[in-house]
Amino acid sequence: MRVAELVMAIAMAVFSLLLMWKSTELPIGWIPGEGPGGGAFPFWLSAAMLLCCIAIIVRWVLRASPPSRSTEAYMDPQALKLFALVAGSLTVMVGLIHIIGVYISLPLFMIFYMRVLGGHSWKTVGGIATATPVVSFFFFEIALKIELPKGMTEPLFYPLYDIFM
Amino acid sequence: MKALWKSGAAWLCLAFLLGLAATAVPQLSAQAAWEPKKPVEFVIMAGKGGGADRLARFIQGIIEKHKLSSKPFVPINKGGGSGAEALRYLKDNKGNPHVIMATLNSYYTTPLRQPGLGVDIEKFTPITRLAEDTFQLWVHSDTNINSVDDYVKAVKAAGGANWKMGGTGKGQEDSLVTGMLEKKFGIKVTYVPFKGGGTVAKQLIGKHLNSTVNNPSEQAGFWEAGKSRPLASFTPKGKLKGRFGKIPTFEELGYGAEMVYYMQRSVIAPEGIDKNVQAFYVSVFDKVYKSKEWQDYLGKKGLIPGWLTGGELTRYFVKEREAHRAMLKAAGEIK
Amino acid sequence: MEIFAHLADGFLIAFEPLNLGLVVFGCAVGLFIGAMPGLGSVNGVAILLPMTFLVPPTSAIIFLGAIYYGAMYGGAISSIMLGIPGASTAVATTFDGRPMAMQGRADEALIAAAVASFVGGSISIVLFTLFAPPLAEVALAFGPPEEFALMVLAFATFIGLGGDDIPKTFFSICIGLVMSAVGLDIVSGEPRLIFGDLPGFFHGINFLVLAIGIYGIGEMLWTVEISKGEVMVSQATVTLARVVAGLKNLKGTIKTMLMGSFLGYFVGILPAAGATPGSLMAYGIAKTISKDPDSFGKGNVDGVVAPESANNAASTGSMLPMLTLGIPGSPTTAILLGGMVIWGLEPGPLLFVNHADFVWGLIASLYAANLFALLINIGFIPVFIWVLRLPFTILAPLIFGLCVIGGYAPTRSMHDLWLMLIFGVVGYLMRKLDYPMAPAVLAIVLGPLAERSMRQTLIGSHGDITEFFVRPISGTIMVVALILIFLPLVNVLRNMVRHRISKTPL
Repeated sequence: MRVAELVMAIAMAVFSLLLMWKSTELPIGWIPGEGPGGGAFPFWLSAAMLLCCIAIIVRWVLRASPPSRSTEAYMDPQALKLFALVAGSLTVMVGLIHIIGVYISLPLFMIFYMRVLGGHSWKTVGGIATATPVVSFFFFEIALKIELPKGMTEPLFYPLYDIFM
Repeated sequence: MKALWKSGAAWLCLAFLLGLAATAVPQLSAQAAWEPKKPVEFVIMAGKGGGADRLARFIQGIIEKHKLSSKPFVPINKGGGSGAEALRYLKDNKGNPHVIMATLNSYYTTPLRQPGLGVDIEKFTPITRLAEDTFQLWVHSDTNINSVDDYVKAVKAAGGANWKMGGTGKGQEDSLVTGMLEKKFGIKVTYVPFKGGGTVAKQLIGKHLNSTVNNPSEQAGFWEAGKSRPLASFTPKGKLKGRFGKIPTFEELGYGAEMVYYMQRSVIAPEGIDKNVQAFYVSVFDKVYKSKEWQDYLGKKGLIPGWLTGGELTRYFVKEREAHRAMLKAAGEIK
Repeated sequence: MEIFAHLADGFLIAFEPLNLGLVVFGCAVGLFIGAMPGLGSVNGVAILLPMTFLVPPTSAIIFLGAIYYGAMYGGAISSIMLGIPGASTAVATTFDGRPMAMQGRADEALIAAAVASFVGGSISIVLFTLFAPPLAEVALAFGPPEEFALMVLAFATFIGLGGDDIPKTFFSICIGLVMSAVGLDIVSGEPRLIFGDLPGFFHGINFLVLAIGIYGIGEMLWTVEISKGEVMVSQATVTLARVVAGLKNLKGTIKTMLMGSFLGYFVGILPAAGATPGSLMAYGIAKTISKDPDSFGKGNVDGVVAPESANNAASTGSMLPMLTLGIPGSPTTAILLGGMVIWGLEPGPLLFVNHADFVWGLIASLYAANLFALLINIGFIPVFIWVLRLPFTILAPLIFGLCVIGGYAPTRSMHDLWLMLIFGVVGYLMRKLDYPMAPAVLAIVLGPLAERSMRQTLIGSHGDITEFFVRPISGTIMVVALILIFLPLVNVLRNMVRHRISKTPL
């Protein structure tokens, strides 16, 4: 926990510096007769973020904040494994949406999650993994007319549009 | 459920065959007319609630009401970066027949101000220009400013810096019109940018601003209620009809024919779409244009009808872009 | 008594079979749309707008009004059940609603939210009926300085909401504000903070992307870790006896409901503000005036009642500037306004004169919509509770799926989906280190309003900051806000001094 606190504070400090640098693309000073320039608002707030990070680091040195005193692990091996599995599969799912669309990648993700992490029966898993895309299609595409990304599966939906619209 | 599906599929096949037969017989040589295969994305270059947005949703309503298309037109707002987001989206959707876009004048100004976008509006496929929106100079009705002369005097008396002119973002239409006024009358006012024309109108009525250059639709309600007063129209003589036609134009008042500025309301498609796709959209909008609802709307909102299509429309866009290039240069917004 | 005659006419219109049917249908549809994370009243109204061309304008606006109301009720459902605010107006509802659900008191929270929404809605409609025209004048008096002062006040009321770690709370506020600056600088018309030249940054960072990322993805990752991925079933139950008990419990919150309703309504009528600042301020004030402020954020019913009564009151309030001035107070009313224009109705000062039947029909149907939304909402509570009782390993992928679709739907851009995922993961990692997340989420909503109104004022006053203080309305609000900001600081300092003294060995 103690190491994580320091790493996060430093990472965020670097991020603040990046934001400050990016903000300078527009004037960051006080334009006479007009008030602050376009970059002033993000610039000075990023500077405040940097100050906050420094304060967090100072408190870390003084061991003033609870995480900086904690001797617990930031993530125990089991938590780390779960986090990697869940966050990893989410990332893969979002990535796959670009290629095979939400109607295939979402059920795949759900099957993975319910089967591998949950250990539910194939009956339950299959039922939910089939029902979810069907319900989403009718709710979002037909009722609300919000198109969801389909990637290369798009032509498969043309006949459905012809029937239901 | 299964039976329903089956019968549905059977009906579909039948309908498809019938449709094929119907189209094939009379026009064996001609290409079959194109129809959208999925909902059409109707991109709007501005945020929700603004003039362009309302117009696009109005058009969507007409299309649905008269069933002008087999698949719905679904409006999507991509107003980010004064329309930069929408322009980039259209560029990235080259050849996609299911995307069209409702434009306004940021169609010229945004690519000029942000050359990094790499957008060349000449390349997009023109569909149609539906109308031109107009601008008037407005003041609060509690003031004793009744003419452009009074206005210029009042600005000079107040000292231009103390005169608050409201409008939309810098470099957009309202600020260009303000620039025209400043140049013509040798004044310099303080320009306060707001998010949308409706807000600008309200700020004038709340006396937080001294004057505005609103579209007729934005001030119509207040004008009718006697809260605001139009001084002059930025249109050529006789172009505006109805009650907005009674407002004198700058030209009539003798300030020259160059005191004219329009907001175009057009529809375009990405580059590289098929000829018959273009024909489909043109025919849909032709029907929209001729509908009673549209014609009523034009009259009521002080818009000038302006059907224009094909190469003529592209030439119009190029001409207007050059005019805007000159205006932006004069305002020091671009080099 | 002219008003009551108008209102009676209005009720006749609202209770025509077609209109009444539309109210019930609209409430039910709105409830579901509002309950989806990512979809709120604005989506519901925008998407269903063209459908209303099939019916006369009065029926159409009644239908849209009912959807609006239903969605406002529904927003509380995802806040309480999933901890994901479906719209910015429902963020404050998660603070206590979510802890209540975790403690197996989801039914109690849902009932409290429904009743509070009803009270807020009812009071605001009565206020609307009685005082519409004079209040329109108040709305007009709000220029940029007043708007800025109001934003400062909103920040002041939630400064106490962060954790105990002051640098981290400030960090959270600042990062939210910086993210709100991404996109276009309206004053200079220049794009800013466009990272890597990605076109997705042009529209800025949508509040929903951050909220769904942090409260959806982040919260689920957190729960996964706590539960160690095991099957965990919520203890939530619902019986008639519990519903009655829940209703009885609400007696103690009447004061909070009244406060939330009036506050929400008055903030709602101000064109720029809308329901989000209203619900935040109500939460902050409820905490301040409570006898037991420490129980807030840990499942205090007052913490659900205050924002819910306020956001419903504010949504009625925001209809006022729309109808009387033609200025939308929220994105949803902006769409409604567009609808009115399409039907050939000119919103503005003369609407009440020229189209009285329309206005009063709408007002009367709001009364009806409010009642039906309450009944439908309470009727569905068992269904929601049943969902909560699903095993966690089934609920989790469903919620992740909802987050993905909900993150995509508002802007329809994959860019936002990736951002949401990043916010979720980083937010989770930061939350483990006690970084409070709520201030960032609220800052991203209020940031653009605050920055814009401040700079508009300064342009108008040539950079003179006294402008905020010399104008009567903005001056008063500013002083109140500054007192609120410095009050906790004084307390903190006093405690520190006391702490030192007690620590120092004599």
